[in-house]
Amino acid sequence: MKHKVSVTLNGRHREDEVEPRLLLVHYLRDVAGLTGTHVGCDTSQCGACTVHVDGKAVKSCTLFAVQADGHDIKTIEGMAAADGTLHPIQQAFWDEHGLQCGYCTPGFIMAAAYLLEQNPSPNDDEIRKGLEGNLCRCTGYVNIVKSVAAAAKVMNGSTAAPAPSASPVAGE
Amino acid sequence: MAITTMVGARIHRREDPRLVRGHGRYADDFVRPHTAYMAVVRSPHAHARIRSIDPGDAMKAPGVEAVLTAADYKKVIAGAMPVAPAFVAEKKQTPERFPIAEGESCYQGEPVAVVIADTKYHAADAAELVVVDWEPLPAVMDLEKALEDGSPTAHDGAPDNVGWDLTYSADADAAFAEADVVVKQRILQQRLAPTPMEPRGVLAEWHDADQTMTMWVSSQNPHFIRLFIGGALGIPENRFRVISPDVGGGFGSKISPYPEDYLVPATSKLLGRPIKWIETRTENLQNATHGRGQVFDVEIAGKRDGQLLGLKITQYLDIGAYMGTFSAFQACACLLPGAYVWKQVASRTVGILTNKVPTDPYRGAGRPEATHLVERMVDMFCAEIGMDPAAVRRKNFITEFPHTSPFALVYDSGNYDGSLSKALELVGYEQFRRDQEAARASGKYLGIGISTWIEICGFGPSAGTAPATGGLALTESAHVRVFPTGSVNVYVGTHSHGQGHDTTFPQIVADALGVPYDAVELRHGDTAEGPAFGYGTYGSRSLAVGGMAVLKASQKIHEKAKKIAAHMFEAAEEDIVNDQGHFYVKGSPENRKAFGEVAFAAYGAGLPEGMELGLEAVAYFDPPNFVWPFGAHICVVEVDPETGGVEMLRYVAVDDCGNVINPMIVEGQIQGGIVQGIAQALFEEVVYAEDGTLRTGTLLDYSVPTANEIPTLTLDRTVTPTPTNELGVKGIGEAGTIAASAAVINAICDALAPLGIQHVDMPASPDRLWKQIQEAKA
Repeated sequence: MKHKVSVTLNGRHREDEVEPRLLLVHYLRDVAGLTGTHVGCDTSQCGACTVHVDGKAVKSCTLFAVQADGHDIKTIEGMAAADGTLHPIQQAFWDEHGLQCGYCTPGFIMAAAYLLEQNPSPNDDEIRKGLEGNLCRCTGYVNIVKSVAAAAKVMNGSTAAPAPSASPVAGE
Repeated sequence: MAITTMVGARIHRREDPRLVRGHGRYADDFVRPHTAYMAVVRSPHAHARIRSIDPGDAMKAPGVEAVLTAADYKKVIAGAMPVAPAFVAEKKQTPERFPIAEGESCYQGEPVAVVIADTKYHAADAAELVVVDWEPLPAVMDLEKALEDGSPTAHDGAPDNVGWDLTYSADADAAFAEADVVVKQRILQQRLAPTPMEPRGVLAEWHDADQTMTMWVSSQNPHFIRLFIGGALGIPENRFRVISPDVGGGFGSKISPYPEDYLVPATSKLLGRPIKWIETRTENLQNATHGRGQVFDVEIAGKRDGQLLGLKITQYLDIGAYMGTFSAFQACACLLPGAYVWKQVASRTVGILTNKVPTDPYRGAGRPEATHLVERMVDMFCAEIGMDPAAVRRKNFITEFPHTSPFALVYDSGNYDGSLSKALELVGYEQFRRDQEAARASGKYLGIGISTWIEICGFGPSAGTAPATGGLALTESAHVRVFPTGSVNVYVGTHSHGQGHDTTFPQIVADALGVPYDAVELRHGDTAEGPAFGYGTYGSRSLAVGGMAVLKASQKIHEKAKKIAAHMFEAAEEDIVNDQGHFYVKGSPENRKAFGEVAFAAYGAGLPEGMELGLEAVAYFDPPNFVWPFGAHICVVEVDPETGGVEMLRYVAVDDCGNVINPMIVEGQIQGGIVQGIAQALFEEVVYAEDGTLRTGTLLDYSVPTANEIPTLTLDRTVTPTPTNELGVKGIGEAGTIAASAAVINAICDALAPLGIQHVDMPASPDRLWKQIQEAKA
């Protein structure tokens, strides 16, 4: 018995018929084809599947797709501007080497975006606490914290944005 | 060669723009039409006989196409899973392993049947309906009990549980006879789960019409997978394509071929449709190979003036139920001497079969264990003779290079005192000791721990590695292609799963060819492209071995391009200058030809007489020796005696990996590595119950640290190039993990020294420390 879900996904309306037990993360990946949202555990520890539902960071493995009916969802694919300009958090992860294998990264960026909306000028401790729902196995978190701090400065206007797509950036 | 501009530069990673947008391509992101999904029925027992398997209701469940068991797979999979010989032991027992259990299963999680269905949900549902008639057998879970006479055996009918017993060098008696002081300790290395954030996954598609297989797999070494799986399925390499696209971390757990790596393509061949299997996290914690899992009995001997004399070590290594492809490479004797001069080192390793998932390399593989052991013992020796750990290290450091170790390995280069001095200065060692004294007077337990680590990596010379792997020399390959208008593709046999090769290797090529960095693209992870064979990425080998193959191939091209340019200018070859993508004759820089013009000429008419057309080259690099990075890590902690909690106050790391191609990437590798080492020291442990049930089967129970548990790290470096390769580079991927656990535990032991606590095992969790503190106070 399939159910109809109607969502706004990255600014575009869509409707699908889904099984009631289909997890939101599988809806996003397998039905909508947005594979930037990853699955890293089955128990809501790792945060790789973090998306925004009505502006709030949510682990999309903890919701059924049918629970998202009528809601607004944003995934990592919806973060950059239409012209491809990276969101300041995406840019900061690039600039500060905030990712290695990249698997946890979309979840961290979505969690960080919500964190910075709640607290536009967090100190390092607040960033670390704010991201404790997400796991990274590569970076040791050092550069993730730096990335979020750098993004905060750009987003709250205390620092000018660096030149976009600044690759290569040479010189030590 | 052109003036170096890219090598050494902090260049932002090329792979990032697509990864931060969510446009990575991991195994589960690939979709093929008409794919069926596989779920695996696994043994719930540590050890049991399989009386029968009844597909029962599973075949009737919605969407189910097949339920398959060992009998089905015996028709398409030949032989046993591979085990590298590693060494010749006095005694050795290697249980044969077929990818799916038939009569007996030997660890919880071992595959016994698979269910194929139209969706992953249907496959998972139906897997629950397969009925296996089990006869539980006694399980071997404890290393010491496993060696007792009359112990049950991990495999029914086996003579005992000894997987190997090997003495590298038996004699340290002369050194011990000279000693004033001998300290003994048993040191545990708990089992760890590598836990890459992307679990394993396989998608395979058999094309019956042309008898070819395509397989997408989350792997650190697609060429190895092709070799092993193709061999077992009887598909030659030219008709078996393995693609390891973006891989979400490996840490050693994605080197060896796994049962599912055989079962998925075999099923595709059997059923004639694409098959996908994606591991759940619980399956990952239960079935991906674990690391460490060892117990060491150690004795250290020295003089009261601080001189180190001898070590005696026996390693007991928990192999698990089957020998992993590279599990014997965890026998870490070769690195036990560490950074010090010894008179003698005696070492024996005993591998023990148990009813647990196999252990295999996990970041560092043998080297973190060796470092932890020697650094811990040096500190215990210092405590015994009442000398400062920094002073004793300095007194005993190897200072002359090349240095031949007691195991006949040749350390290439080093400056151990240099990195230690820098680290001591950064941490403010003298001041800390004064602060510590004051803190102790006020009842606070502050401690500082030093780890002057060394590492063997860059595997590795064919003469050393080919006998150990069973014939494969761990060399490395690169294929560089220059297209007619001058853009460049580089294909490598290494595999990047977070290490940033897409950025680092083009930096080398840009300099070697004298072309703009942006003109160079790196490709890897697809066996249909590039050199015939590659060896993958593990053991901190990619730059020191693969980077050199890239350099060699680039040099071949540069030589040819220069000849073509000389011909075009009608000048002598030695007068040709190549600067940032332009050739000119010395003294006439205004009259120049772009690299692209020379490349175009290479595919046209009018080449020098006798010159073959084209501008591409393949190179293989077989290093003459290993490389030996080193460094000094210092950790400062405060232990709360009321709770057993450890607060990390400072962490300073000064590392030396020779010349640095991209400092940003090197620092990232060190940071991540350190945190995995800290995680072992304080948090992580795979726990099995006595009956063989895995207690740490989710990320709720297996405690990978979050950002909130990790301190800020202070990094610096020294630069001591290796003479082993032209780039002067050593590996850095595992350094942090190798160094960190000893620094943390030494700091905790230093903090608790006033209570008479000499040694603390890992993980130094609050409950373990609290108990030890209570016992010490009682």
